[in-house]
Amino acid sequence: MNVISTNIGQSVSRIDGFAKVTGQAKYAAEPHPPGLLYGVIVNSPIARGQIAALRDTEARKIPGVVEIMTHRNRPHTALFEKSYVDGLGVPGSPYRPLHDAEIRFNGQPVAIVFAETFEAAREAAMLVEVDYERWPHNADFEAALHQKYMPSKTRSNYVPPKSRGNAPEAYALSPVKVEGRYHLAPEHHNPMEMHATTVIVEDDGTFTVWDKTQGPQSVQAYLTSALSLSGDKVRVHNPYVGGAFGSGLRAQYNVFLAALGAKMLKRSVRVTLTRPQMFTHVFRPEAVMDIALGASPDGTLQSMIVEGVTDTSRFEHNMENIVVWGLINYKCPNATAGYTIAPRDTYTSSDMRAPGATTGVNFFEMAIDEIAYACNMDPLTFRLNNYSDTDAMHDMPLTSKALREAMVQGAQHFGWHDRPMAPGSIRDGNELIGWGMATGIWDAMFSPTSARARLTADGRLHIATAASDIGTGTYTILAQTASEAFSTPIDRIDIELGDSTLPECPTEGGSWTAASAGAAVWLACQILREKLFKALAKGKNIPAWVKQGLEQDNLTLEDGILHGMNENQKIVLSFQDALSLIGQDALEVEETAKPGLRGTISQMRKARFTHSAVFCEVRVDQELGIVRITRLVNAVAAGRIMNPKTAASQVRGAMVMAAGMALHEESLMDERVGRFMNHNFAEYHIPAHADIPDMDVLFVEEKDSEISPLGVKGVGEIGMCGTAAAIANAIFHATGHRHRNLPISPGS
Amino acid sequence: MNDVSADIPCRLQINGKTYAADLPPSVTLLDLLRERLDLTGTKKGCDRGQCGACTVLVAGKRVKSCLVLAVSIPDAEVTTIEGLSPNGQLHPMQQAFIEADAFQCGYCTPGQIMSAVALLAEGHTHSREEIREFMSGNLCRCGAYNGIVDAIEQVVAQQNRNHTGEAA
Amino acid sequence: MRRFSYSRPATLDEACHSAEHTRFLAGGTNLIDLMKSDVERPAHVADLKALGMHHIDEQPDGGLRLGALATNADTAAHPLVADRYPLLASAILAGASPQIRNVATNGGNLNQRTRCHYFYDPDMPCNKRSPGTGCSARGGRNRIMAILGTSDACIATFPSDMCVALAALKATVNLTGPEGERSVPIRDYHRLPGETPWRDNILRPGEIVTSIDLPPASFGPHHTYLKIRDRLSFAFAIVSAAIGLQIEDGIIRHGRIALGGVGTKPWCVPAAEALLEGKPPSHSLFRDVAERLLQGAMPDRDNAAKLRLAPRVIERALWQASAGTPQSQTDKTIR
Repeated sequence: MNVISTNIGQSVSRIDGFAKVTGQAKYAAEPHPPGLLYGVIVNSPIARGQIAALRDTEARKIPGVVEIMTHRNRPHTALFEKSYVDGLGVPGSPYRPLHDAEIRFNGQPVAIVFAETFEAAREAAMLVEVDYERWPHNADFEAALHQKYMPSKTRSNYVPPKSRGNAPEAYALSPVKVEGRYHLAPEHHNPMEMHATTVIVEDDGTFTVWDKTQGPQSVQAYLTSALSLSGDKVRVHNPYVGGAFGSGLRAQYNVFLAALGAKMLKRSVRVTLTRPQMFTHVFRPEAVMDIALGASPDGTLQSMIVEGVTDTSRFEHNMENIVVWGLINYKCPNATAGYTIAPRDTYTSSDMRAPGATTGVNFFEMAIDEIAYACNMDPLTFRLNNYSDTDAMHDMPLTSKALREAMVQGAQHFGWHDRPMAPGSIRDGNELIGWGMATGIWDAMFSPTSARARLTADGRLHIATAASDIGTGTYTILAQTASEAFSTPIDRIDIELGDSTLPECPTEGGSWTAASAGAAVWLACQILREKLFKALAKGKNIPAWVKQGLEQDNLTLEDGILHGMNENQKIVLSFQDALSLIGQDALEVEETAKPGLRGTISQMRKARFTHSAVFCEVRVDQELGIVRITRLVNAVAAGRIMNPKTAASQVRGAMVMAAGMALHEESLMDERVGRFMNHNFAEYHIPAHADIPDMDVLFVEEKDSEISPLGVKGVGEIGMCGTAAAIANAIFHATGHRHRNLPISPGS
Repeated sequence: MNDVSADIPCRLQINGKTYAADLPPSVTLLDLLRERLDLTGTKKGCDRGQCGACTVLVAGKRVKSCLVLAVSIPDAEVTTIEGLSPNGQLHPMQQAFIEADAFQCGYCTPGQIMSAVALLAEGHTHSREEIREFMSGNLCRCGAYNGIVDAIEQVVAQQNRNHTGEAA
Repeated sequence: MRRFSYSRPATLDEACHSAEHTRFLAGGTNLIDLMKSDVERPAHVADLKALGMHHIDEQPDGGLRLGALATNADTAAHPLVADRYPLLASAILAGASPQIRNVATNGGNLNQRTRCHYFYDPDMPCNKRSPGTGCSARGGRNRIMAILGTSDACIATFPSDMCVALAALKATVNLTGPEGERSVPIRDYHRLPGETPWRDNILRPGEIVTSIDLPPASFGPHHTYLKIRDRLSFAFAIVSAAIGLQIEDGIIRHGRIALGGVGTKPWCVPAAEALLEGKPPSHSLFRDVAERLLQGAMPDRDNAAKLRLAPRVIERALWQASAGTPQSQTDKTIR
């Protein structure tokens, strides 16, 4: 066992921790180039119509105002609509900021003020006067349901539901039935850092763009395409990202307008959205799901029927996978599902942490709890009873599924066996106590990713890839991976991320970064090791013991030093000396990790998921409608865990967001104007310290050599999947009351 | 007196250094720190006093710097996250945050740490519940709340050990 | 935020004679927020912090005088407040966050404005912000709006916790203005919106809150501040109740009740308080009191839940007060 090198699987503290706790980590709105201008955006108060008149005379009188950019005076941008399609690739007609006079959603930017100071830009933005011609709009989800449709072109990651057996007939014949309509309120991502961009116009006219994004290369491609800039003119940085949860998957309007302003004014520009403006772009779609489950009295599922609708805008067809999860995860001979989207005059809904599964898994797991009770069966036993060892929807084997172990170990840790079955049976003073559980499932994805490994004369190993660490711990796990792959202490490893010029890496999201970037770094380090050994073998002035060691295969790399034998004496060679012997300042490789032939075949033949079992205790003051979560346990089966400390934090973090989803979070749409009205942190309630109890996360052993080269599945989303259901099911157990609408806020 | 363009003298002690300049009165302490002094460790998460990311100490007390006009606190001593470890030696709270994994994205972190340092001085650290209540002005969307409470308890325990050590 | 001129008056008299369109700045936690949101657009800001007025002094009658510029945090932590007026300390600690309470002042708390979504959004019509434009909250997303004291022109909730306790304690607000000094009972300080919702209180131009007087304490342990909100901390009340009871030999001699979160001002109904006098605590009594307090409540589109919750909060709070087990603001169990 190597004790100095910091291996995969150890609980290493974050290597970016020092920068973050000292305030040195630089986020998108924080570089300060000379001559920086501040941009403040003016938004439309109407949902649909067009700009009839725009007056900026008063605004221009504010000292320090440099320019007010609108659709009338903006510089040239790309001619064709398809040039504005961003990395997420939502089918439809992408929104083009300041393109023309037409208004397509409330909060759409209509002007941006650029000024020498933030204060001047902020004031002038208040003085821009706009008259609108209002057109009829619909922002009401219920009304939009009447126009629900299936788009002809779907999002590339859309999984069409697949029926089996005859679900309606089996449902009709089932002795035990439950059915209900579930509703999820729209939610906003609300990362703590508001979306922001600083465009630095360099002396040679190129743009260095600091943007809050999950994909610097995706934003780079978008800007060059949409603004008709040549690719080598734009470089995008995002070394630190203050949370995103999906809001940084699309290029938001701040980056477009900042770059457009820089193009117009040839000056560096900073645009930071306000918190209310954070409610004018992406959000988790509002959803309804109808679920009907039939079972036999012994607790065997006979039929599953799921219908779901999520909202989208009038101009893009956003889709989620909400209806398939139960069909995949449960054994049941008859199942069918349908999915459509409902258009309304808002901005396009988009992916928010565990998109689709957050809605679909949680509602399905609430329905499973209900049918377990209808069968008078413990909900855990019911799930074990209907456990599927395959992807039941596609009838495909799985690379691994340790959900059974997760359920058993989670239940034991929680003390589930002591649970009385009857709802409302545990009382303490004014509070009813309830225990609920649910399972979770999420894709375990792997995408081709490249990484560079470079050994330099100072003996340090430099790793680079265009991944983004949005708080997920990517810096740290990649350092651990390099440390193990190159047998070098972690403090001699530098990780560079968040720069569009680095080796190609897909946009951070969907929990695939650990598996994909990890594999790329592993591969690059392996190849670099080979390259070093080959160079030593070929070199001219190499000591005999090294050559001999290479020939006899007993030259080893440990703790960042080459070890060999010289006439029965142990002898070592540092990287510094090795490089100097081969006459190089540095050795470098760039490698791309792909699934490979075996992996590609496996991806076609086997389904790939992460699983979890969540257990929750709530205390409910039923009279006052107050729910307190007092215990949460999540047992996660996610393949190999690269860093239990940061991985557990990711799972806990998602559970906090799920607690918000279950109890507080709801963006309140005033359909009369198409605006989410509680557009701030005082009235959109994300959980605070006081809402969150101690949470236990267990990682269940799950060896999976097929899922990805390192056996890693990723843990960014799984904490969202099932947690809200476990909370809702615990509330049922406490009170005997089924809530099918989330959030379950006081008084509901 | 009523010239809206008139700048106002502003004089502050920021992390032990004197800052003096004439400023428009509309400049908040937060924007002064971030945009005019390049002290970007103090974060803007809402600009409305609703998230706590901009927490700094003014005269030793924690405040939300987004709701303070820079000119309205003449000669005040301001401590930001940059002033917590002036010689590169981490404050025990900063060290504890790293060890307890009390952050993910790091954006609310300076505010959480400044708030936690003040919390210790206020003495509201008798239980995890009390820590939670008195830290609730600092939101964390990554959900690092467990780790933050752990970090604070760790520093409280250290302090108690030190006091006991001194007494003995 | 629009540009404004700024001054720091050295005397109360100078402050009272500030120019038209002046806003007084104390802690600023509400005013600066509103200026950033373009709701408040003062031409001039007169910063009161040089005026002192931050003391908390014992009065000859045994009551307390709270300086208008004392911070909420200092007030709640002051030994005389914590010992004699735990109801007030509790209500203060139930509000906002430690950072806000370190800056926000007692006078500022009295004058804070509503959290109505529509008031805060200058793109939306609002009679309170822009007289005569209409009330968007009516028929809109009004889950947080008031059910008591509303008018056709306005249903905005008064958001303070502290003022609810002050109303239960029957405090007196001391004012100084260009025309001299006067004192106003707290229950008369805030106004119902009626046809003029832009006037939140009875302050005259140039008038400044200088202090708040608390009458001698009389509730002993029989008080509570019970606040129901969406989050367990750092959120405005959906319903809250401040209650003080004087109990002798198991009989309520007199009781004081004020409600927060449900009214357009701290909600007090003397006739409901009178029901308590001379009676022992009982379910039927407390139900009657709650019913009387909520008489005339009118929910709108989204806020019927307040009408369901309010009587239960009142009754629970009455039991807490009569048992002498006030609600802790740290332990979230509601006993």
